[in-house]
Amino acid sequence: MRVSLFLTCLADTLYPSVGQATVTVLERLGCEVEFRSQQTCCGQMHMNTGYPELAGDLVRGFADTFAGAEAVVLPSGSCAAMLRRHAEHVAAGVTMPPVYELSEFLIDVLGVTDVGATFEHSVTYHPTCHSLRLLGVGDRPYQLLRAVRGLRLQELSDAQQCCGFGGTFALKNAETSSAMGHDKIEFVLDTGAEFLCASDASCLMHLSGIAAKEGAPVQTLHLAEILASTA
Amino acid sequence: MTVTAGRPATPAEHQAGLHPRPGAAFLGMPVFPDAAKIALGDVQLRSNLGRATHTIRAKRQRIVDELPDWQDLRLAAAAIKDRTLARLDSYLEEFEEGATRAGAVVHWAKDADEACRISIDIAGRHQASDVVKVKSMATQEVGLNEALERAGIRSWETDLAELIVQLGGDTPSHFLVPAIHRNRDEIRQIFLDHMGDVGLAAPTDLTNEPRRLAEAARLHLREKFLSTKVAFSGANFAIAETGTLVVVESEGNGRMCLTLPDVLVSVVGIEKILPTFADLEVFLQVLPRSSTAERMNPYTTMWTGVTPGDGPQEVHIILLDNGRTRALANEVGRQALRCIRCSACLNVCPVYERVGGHAYGSVYPGPIGAILNPLLHGVTDPHDAALPFASSLCGACYEVCPVAIDIPTVLIDQRAAAVREKAHHKIPTAESVAMSAAAWTFSDARRLAAAQRVASLGRGAAKHVRWLPGMLGGWTDSRALPAVPKESFRAWWSRTRGSSR
Repeated sequence: MRVSLFLTCLADTLYPSVGQATVTVLERLGCEVEFRSQQTCCGQMHMNTGYPELAGDLVRGFADTFAGAEAVVLPSGSCAAMLRRHAEHVAAGVTMPPVYELSEFLIDVLGVTDVGATFEHSVTYHPTCHSLRLLGVGDRPYQLLRAVRGLRLQELSDAQQCCGFGGTFALKNAETSSAMGHDKIEFVLDTGAEFLCASDASCLMHLSGIAAKEGAPVQTLHLAEILASTA
Repeated sequence: MTVTAGRPATPAEHQAGLHPRPGAAFLGMPVFPDAAKIALGDVQLRSNLGRATHTIRAKRQRIVDELPDWQDLRLAAAAIKDRTLARLDSYLEEFEEGATRAGAVVHWAKDADEACRISIDIAGRHQASDVVKVKSMATQEVGLNEALERAGIRSWETDLAELIVQLGGDTPSHFLVPAIHRNRDEIRQIFLDHMGDVGLAAPTDLTNEPRRLAEAARLHLREKFLSTKVAFSGANFAIAETGTLVVVESEGNGRMCLTLPDVLVSVVGIEKILPTFADLEVFLQVLPRSSTAERMNPYTTMWTGVTPGDGPQEVHIILLDNGRTRALANEVGRQALRCIRCSACLNVCPVYERVGGHAYGSVYPGPIGAILNPLLHGVTDPHDAALPFASSLCGACYEVCPVAIDIPTVLIDQRAAAVREKAHHKIPTAESVAMSAAAWTFSDARRLAAAQRVASLGRGAAKHVRWLPGMLGGWTDSRALPAVPKESFRAWWSRTRGSSR
């Protein structure tokens, strides 16, 4: 199957390893991956900060770039939710290609839960808000993680509470955002897991930033990076 | 404490904590980000809130999970409210006709001042020096207690938590649990210090046991119920077909206020209308389960005008607009008028849990307050304009809302309204410049690639930067910046795979 990777502006710029891992997983499962180089941003930051017109331009740019794609796959629940749930609000009448968050694509389209990964570490998972409440990915990421050889999944308390990132909320209400992130990291440390995993590079950027500042002994990894790992 | 809007709070203000003065709007409060910062520094507050919200949240989930048709009930509740709001004018007239026919006097108040003036006139005609009150959001919204006080009339809150707030010279911080920011020890002290000043004193051997605290309040309040001739209330629902008002409550103080005095005045927001009695079937299920996590609330009082020889013999109803028609005119935002003030969105909100209700600077805090205030008032005031941004858009509020208000979508729409308001006044902001610059960069992948190369070149310097001025300072005060990679994904792809399209 031919898959168009939409990496998101954030992962493209700051977390290329997330993109490389996504490519590794998709190719391992027999997909032919293309990267349309005109891609930039889904417009979520603009829409959520109060600039719907600018967001609309970016959504139309996305639709043009991915016109005719069989499946657009992206390693971000938040950007997938923007494109699937909100695109119409800022770019009325736009024709969107089929958009899938990575765990949705693997399980719903490819019908795979065991992607052939091995990761011999303890991991806890933070189900990010938009993948949970806007996309409704449910337990798909957990299904994928449970099938990873050697991985010990640790249950996270209050898992469904927001990590506090929230896009420009993290800047406009920095103290509140950090307080939420601090509490999330506390719960993560309670699990004793070596790695904190999530499906959004943005939430992980916030949480790893807090963990680093506080010297908390936990590393962050995107779901794609764990699924790409082999023995 | 007075903090000018937009100015950061001083260290002294941080030290003092948030102490809003009672009133319709919390006068002298800083805008949300600053108020939140002060609240976050209050360790006791955070511990009180964390414990309380977690308890209520778990109880609500259990009681909602009992109903297999919960989602259908939510949608039914939303549909009834939407149908009512679409023809609100005719339902209001129908209500007025029914209530008047049953002997009530119906007044119309376009704003807080009118509602207070009508209230003072009625109390004044009866030479009331004191009035008792049922817990009501509408009377708080219009600042009724303060208005009555200015007219020389003392108003006594009879709900236990409202009594705690009133005796403590405090303001409510939650719809349902107005004293959620207080713990048992603080409540005991407030009772000991202040009850005696305004009526029956608390027993000197008062402990912090809930039973003893409730008993002290009961004895203190009983004296007021039996000696006061005029009562004020709000209403949870107003039934158009019969002209009936409905109050649901837990303590029975409401029942006392609604039945013992000679004169009853109810201030009712115009969005409280339900077309028929049958519609209550849905709301009397969703409201108690969402608010107090009960299958049924302990007291439901309904009255239709005056019943000769039974209960208040003079019944007034003040129908309040105060910005509601403005909210109704907003296509995206009008769904906020479905709100039944259950407070489920407050209890589940991660922002509310951390900062509490006072930081919102309004009697309507939390996620619903963050949309209701700007919808009722507009976004010209910096306090109202800051509220739509007081959310991480996590969506937990929408998930629990029993009338399915899509709060995140309304928040986003009100953010756009706040940005438009600034643009309209040609106020250039660092943010609007940054947003335009980002949009320009993202409008062409070649520009993004160029920006990535620049970032990558500077990465040696940026890698260990822990502090940056300006907007990013908010990030770096508590978070390390991510290291900029050697090459972006697109650079890696182009180098290793060549460009595909």
